[in-house]
Amino acid sequence: MTHPFLALTDSDREEMLGTIGVGSVEELFRDLPEAVRFGRELDLERALSEQEVFEHVAALAGRNFDASRELSFLGAGMYDHYVPAVVDTILQRGELLTAYTPYQPEMSQGVLQAIFEYQTAICELTGMDVSNASGYDGTSVAADACFVAKHATGRDKIVVTEATNPQVRQVVKTYAAGFGLEVVEVPHRDGTTGPSDLERAAEDAAAVIFQQPNVFGCLEPAPDLVAAASEAGALPVAHVDLLSLGVLEAPGRYGAALALGEGQAAGNFPSFGGPHYGFLAARQQFIRRMPGRIVGETVDTAGERGYVLTLQTREQHIRREKATSNITTNQTLLALGGLVYLTWLGPQGLRELGETCLSLAAYAKQRLEERAGLELMFAAQTTFKEFAVRVGRNAREVVEDARRQGVHPGYALGRDYEGMDDVLLVAVTERRSPEEIDRLADVLAEVAR
Amino acid sequence: MKLIYEKSQTGRRASALPQHENLPTSPEIPEGLRRTEPPRLPEVPEFELVRHFTELSTRNFGVDTGFYPLGSCTMKYNPRINERLAALPGFARLHPLQEEDGAQGSLELMWRLQEILAEVTGLDAVSLQPAAGSQGELTGLLLTRAYFAARGEGEQRRKVVIPDTAHGTNPASVTMAGYELTHVQTDARGNIDVEDLRGKVDEHTAALMLTNPSTLGLFDENIEEIERIFHGAGALMYYDGANLNAVCGISRPGDMGFDIVHINLHKTFSQPHGGGGPGGGPVAVRDILEPFLPVPAVVRREDGGFGLDFDRPQTIGKVRGFAGPFGVFVRSYAYMRMWGPRLREMSEVAVLNANYVLARLKDAYELPFDRLCMHEFVLSARPLKREYGCTALDVAKRLMDYGFHPPTIYFPLVVPEALMVEPTETEAKETLDAFCDAMLAIAREAAEDPDLLKEAPHHRPVKRLDEVRAAKHPVVKYGFGEHPAAEREARPVAAEAPKGA
Repeated sequence: MTHPFLALTDSDREEMLGTIGVGSVEELFRDLPEAVRFGRELDLERALSEQEVFEHVAALAGRNFDASRELSFLGAGMYDHYVPAVVDTILQRGELLTAYTPYQPEMSQGVLQAIFEYQTAICELTGMDVSNASGYDGTSVAADACFVAKHATGRDKIVVTEATNPQVRQVVKTYAAGFGLEVVEVPHRDGTTGPSDLERAAEDAAAVIFQQPNVFGCLEPAPDLVAAASEAGALPVAHVDLLSLGVLEAPGRYGAALALGEGQAAGNFPSFGGPHYGFLAARQQFIRRMPGRIVGETVDTAGERGYVLTLQTREQHIRREKATSNITTNQTLLALGGLVYLTWLGPQGLRELGETCLSLAAYAKQRLEERAGLELMFAAQTTFKEFAVRVGRNAREVVEDARRQGVHPGYALGRDYEGMDDVLLVAVTERRSPEEIDRLADVLAEVAR
Repeated sequence: MKLIYEKSQTGRRASALPQHENLPTSPEIPEGLRRTEPPRLPEVPEFELVRHFTELSTRNFGVDTGFYPLGSCTMKYNPRINERLAALPGFARLHPLQEEDGAQGSLELMWRLQEILAEVTGLDAVSLQPAAGSQGELTGLLLTRAYFAARGEGEQRRKVVIPDTAHGTNPASVTMAGYELTHVQTDARGNIDVEDLRGKVDEHTAALMLTNPSTLGLFDENIEEIERIFHGAGALMYYDGANLNAVCGISRPGDMGFDIVHINLHKTFSQPHGGGGPGGGPVAVRDILEPFLPVPAVVRREDGGFGLDFDRPQTIGKVRGFAGPFGVFVRSYAYMRMWGPRLREMSEVAVLNANYVLARLKDAYELPFDRLCMHEFVLSARPLKREYGCTALDVAKRLMDYGFHPPTIYFPLVVPEALMVEPTETEAKETLDAFCDAMLAIAREAAEDPDLLKEAPHHRPVKRLDEVRAAKHPVVKYGFGEHPAAEREARPVAAEAPKGA
């Protein structure tokens, strides 16, 4: 039986083999030495029909407890924000979904213009001059920034605040081994980073990476951290949440050299970790050191405006071992999802979303203190949509007990931070209603302490 | 066509957010941290948004639009069932930090995908974490570093050997991994020059990075000798899986002697490429390298459940957040289950299609290495350039007028005026014939009316674009009021090229 993903009939095959001048398909492989030919059939389960594969894979999906089956307050880098239907609609357009990287601009004006619009949106949000077309995720763009900083400063140390998401710190450390960079972490004090601690650590550093809001949800004194890094001659790198930038200041306005982060919250589903997009933006002076694709405006031979991949002499297919990065495939479709989402929100929606997150999180803090009798960690700090709370006993056990009642109360920070075994990180997006927050408080009142 | 920012009017919006009564007012954001100027995001109603992006899509060409023989990119059909599956709420709305018992379905799918990839590559252990081929390469080289460091040979082995036909990502990855490059040449048959190689591999060599079949679409006939040279010197062998579509079920990298392989799920295993991503670049390794793989590892526990194992003391660490681009795994897993052991047919037809197109075109263009090809081949437009002044670029642009996406051009670098054609297994003979007819017609046009090529494309939404200007005076975002090229009157243009000139 012809496989549904193939089209050749028996007579097609005969005719084609005749044109080629061989007697069989096997003969096409005559250049393969006998010893490296695979002598048996692949040991895989039989081919499934579409219906069978649907039933099998849908059954697997049905075994997960996703945010539609469990009331979830998990965050720590991935968030359950609402993704509007228009995102799905646009991303499922086959012309966009099934295109390759736009090497031939006349075939790809749609995606090229969309990336140009995306770059504009990222620059507007971050207050930067130039954005690339996306990186893999919020961790790899931080590693990319280290490579930029190493070459821009000639220094070989990277400073990362301990209050930066552990996923980001781990990836930076992995890449640093190849880049020949030393990574130094600066501890937090009561949930935020001290500018003088940072300035001491930043001596001889190529870059200082901090997160705003940080992993605990707290607002860092970002302008002071940037000033401290700059004072030491290190590039200040802000890892930011796009959805906070309707209410929080743009990193470009307080002097960051690069602004980057995880784009998932803006227009992508959590999807058990991906695919999402990382965004990376910088000041003009770093434009020729940027990793990844950049789209630029130009004109065609008739003088009409059009878009092309530009500044390609930075890239691996031209510069090879001297390239600014090895990246080629990035996350264009997910970044396009981000653009559609940010267009859907608009500037007003973005600000309202930020305010809604702030208010709901404030409400949650109040309920957990008053109704559940829990103690907020870092109570003195302003938080955005996430906060840390002491639950009086091992937080992983609290998570387990709460989940029995259908509520996932958050992330047990003891998994990453020493001395925080009894601390839970609670994320509240606009998808959580006050009633759902009441339910969280009820459940924690019962299972915590 | 206008930019979305040029359609924006203050006060319009597409979104409405939930309203909650009686919430405490938001906490005061300290001075200096509060946003001072709103971002100029577009302000449009929802229907304007949909029309805008729909119009953009009509100015784009994908596999769903037509034939896309872009060499080295494996532009095959992307089954729609994969999209339906990846969008199931059980997957799409699952948080990556969900406890293991709440993520058994996803973990099982990942474990099963690892098993399939191990069988297809002929290797022992798989990490799905890398986000794309080039990140897989970097991961592989970091594994190599960790392996030799553990053996006390880290300082000694500093060199990685790469043939001159390699993708640019290979040398770029070598730099990022802190290694030094050793180049090796291609011989007269398109294989690695083994004599050149022999003098370059020694106790300072860490690894070879090889694509096999190569970017010339040729299987290296000396692969056994190459394996003896590298393993004989105590070095590792890395397989760039960009061309795996040629050999599934026919020849396995592990059986060729490779120790590390990356697989491009967005090429061979049908993750749609999305105009530039997402991808997936899992690495498969021989057992000696397993202890160094990224964390977390997806494992099957003794009780039959599935879990994430972070307890790997020798790991290189993490190369990406969480456990990898899971949605990509759903698509590739579903795709591979629909093939099962019949994956071999997929590769056979990919090779048959490529050889058929090659046979029909090799007299009209120049064939630098006169051999049967694998899943792709490289022709040169040099005769057209010499005789009529028409370049590979001109041929590519003219192909657009016939309704085809052009092949990869000017790569690999060892072939001047290269046209790299990869039809994939997807296409029907009628499509292949129409493409061949167009390529032959273009070769005739070059002789009769070269300007027809040089001024192409004639039927796309834009004419040939000035890339030099774009790089010289970079405009990489919209300038709002100060924009240098605010658009003139919109003019109607054909959204798609007519088939045929």
